[in-house]
Amino acid sequence: MSWEKLEIRTLKDAPKDEYFVAGHRTCQGCGPALACKLIAKAAGPRAVVITATGCMYVANCSYNTTPWAIPWMHAQLGGIGSAVCGAAAAYKAMMRKGKLKKEEIHVIGLAGDGGAADIGLSGISGAMLSGEDHLIITYDNESYANTGVQASSLTPWGAWTTFTPPGKMLRLGNVRVKKDLPKMIAAGHPNVRYVATASTSFPFDLMTKVRKGLAVKGPAFLQVHTPCPKGWKFSPELTVRIGRLAVETGMWTLYEIEDGQFKLSYKPPKRKPVSEYLKLQGRFAHLREPDYRYIQEQVDAACKQLGID
Amino acid sequence: MVKLITTGTTAIATAVKHADVDVISAYPIRPYTGVMNELARMIADGEFDAEYIVADSEHTQFEIAKHAAACGARVFTGSAGIGWAFAHEPLVVTPADRVPVVAMVGNRALDDPGNFGVEHTETLITRDTGWMMCWPENPQEAYDLTLMGYKIAEDPSVLLPYVVCCDGNFITHVRFPVDLPDMETAREFLPPTPPPRVNVLHPDKPLSIAPHVDYYWGTEIRRQMEEGMRNAIEVTKRVHEEFYKVFGRGGPPFIEEIATEDADVALIGLGGMAMPARAAIAQLRSQGKKVGYIKLRRFRPFATEVIRDALKKFKVVAVLDNDFSFGSAFHGGIVFQEIRSALYDVSERPKVVNYLIGLGGREITVDAMRSIYNQVLEIAETGEVKKLVQWVGVRE
Ligand SMILES: Cc1ncc(C[n+]2csc(CCOP(=O)(O)OP(=O)(O)O)c2C)c(N)n1
Ligand code: SF4
Ligand SMILES: [Mg+2]
Repeated sequence: MSWEKLEIRTLKDAPKDEYFVAGHRTCQGCGPALACKLIAKAAGPRAVVITATGCMYVANCSYNTTPWAIPWMHAQLGGIGSAVCGAAAAYKAMMRKGKLKKEEIHVIGLAGDGGAADIGLSGISGAMLSGEDHLIITYDNESYANTGVQASSLTPWGAWTTFTPPGKMLRLGNVRVKKDLPKMIAAGHPNVRYVATASTSFPFDLMTKVRKGLAVKGPAFLQVHTPCPKGWKFSPELTVRIGRLAVETGMWTLYEIEDGQFKLSYKPPKRKPVSEYLKLQGRFAHLREPDYRYIQEQVDAACKQLGID
Repeated sequence: MVKLITTGTTAIATAVKHADVDVISAYPIRPYTGVMNELARMIADGEFDAEYIVADSEHTQFEIAKHAAACGARVFTGSAGIGWAFAHEPLVVTPADRVPVVAMVGNRALDDPGNFGVEHTETLITRDTGWMMCWPENPQEAYDLTLMGYKIAEDPSVLLPYVVCCDGNFITHVRFPVDLPDMETAREFLPPTPPPRVNVLHPDKPLSIAPHVDYYWGTEIRRQMEEGMRNAIEVTKRVHEEFYKVFGRGGPPFIEEIATEDADVALIGLGGMAMPARAAIAQLRSQGKKVGYIKLRRFRPFATEVIRDALKKFKVVAVLDNDFSFGSAFHGGIVFQEIRSALYDVSERPKVVNYLIGLGGREITVDAMRSIYNQVLEIAETGEVKKLVQWVGVRE
């Protein structure tokens, strides 16, 4: 293991060094960029990051101003699973054959919700079945943000996007129910030893999960909830607060599935009403009281299943 | 050296083994699948060691190959027909990443409509993207061109992907006497590790590869790719010489002339079409007809000077296209467009006509070749081209 300890519980446990630094040009308050920073910090200098097309490529890594102090490469929008699989296979084969010094290299793949849950789903599934050692992280900003905020299969019910604009005839905006990607990965790939969810508003939990995903042998999967001021229509200083509210209302849950065992990482002491989360975001501005009630019912049912009151 | 009677499939798989490839990504589609079957068997039997990834699609295959190569591994992948088309997204960006991916294609007509026959269209539509492309005539050349591919692609002045395009079935499945060297001889030509290069993804030397460049650097990067492709011409010549030194064969790098010394007319085409042409030439020569053939071994890079110099001595050149470019100039084939253009500046140039042959996977026969030769001889005699582009064997 290339870190002193796996778990990061306090600020003292977190390394001081940064491997995702200045140079990117994401929006102010960008949740995914914050995720990059925390992921790189947790993974450390012996990591290699590959990022699929999306904001974390287009807005994040420009020629001559790369923010990555660790090796980084772009993958095609639907290519993250294949890319990390190829990289991990390359290191493994070359080390086994004596062509490369034997050591731990952490291969991390980053893809947005569109890149992971839609166009790259098949490749991620393939990567999860492979015997290669890598961690795929989906930064979930709940839309195709880079192309101007279009609905993906991880966009929540009732959200405005440019492909699902609320109008006179179609009042609600997006009416597809958010795909449950981590459960799908866990259920469909019983060989995968670590599947987890995290949030940029719970940084210690997130960093620990990055390390745990990297520490297990074989593929691992992590989905990070990352608020996006532009796509969700909120003021940039609210990023962390909105991320917290998502968890405190039960709109997003933090858990781990380790060797098939489900475990909640955080149980809100008293769940807040979903309207507190929804009302801070312009993408839900068109919703009315009955819609809030509907979402509340859905969230209540989902939370009950997970053992959250 | 052992001479085996074997298929192009085994020949290519052996070349991959001899290259000590590190990562292989496989997905099935006829007629190339056999190469991957053979490699899987070799690995299972411990004949050589590579990470063999059973991919979920061709898109995945080529994305795997690109990134494994970016990490410094030697890679092999391949496809055919619509599979090659499915891979097109990772495939077309690989040249810009300057990684020496080596692949094979078992040329196959694009279906719909359903078709297992040979056509070159699937790979020729990739011709403008920065892949080096070659067409062996037989299993022996399939081995040779594959092994050479690694050396050319990995040359620091080239660093572009390379594909060996094999006429499906005729090269992949037909048995042919092949000289397969032992591992040591192969390694004398190609060491098991590629030469060092700068753009390798490794924590010892952090580097951002393929960042967003926009128009600030896009033009320069295209220009560098173009330089790599230009350099590939000289590198290919040198690699053929090196290959000849070790193996005593390999042929000229770009074209091979068959019975051309005193020929009035010549056909020119890619890959296995040379086989029926050779048979037709033998028959026609015995009747005193001065016919020859130019085998176009490599299409990218296109060795313009070499091809022009070889062709300008004929009265008529007929380009055989086992492909088609719908709606193109003269409604002809892809190879035809390039050959005709290459000859434009020659003051006393031959007439250049086009025969579309084997389209939609139809067999290319000796009879058809003979008939083409006779038509072309008539053009040479009368000086009159009745039809610039002809469809061979089509039911009207
Ligand atoms: C094959 C392909 N189709 C479409 C695009 C256009 N495109 C670029 S970025 C992007 C958005 C990706 O969304 P997501 O993965 O959620 O990442 P985000 O932009 O939200 O960070 C799209 C669709 C592309 N680059 N490649
Ligand atoms: S649109 Fe959203 S994800 Fe993209 S850079 Fe802006 S805040 Fe970040
Ligand atoms: Mg997104």
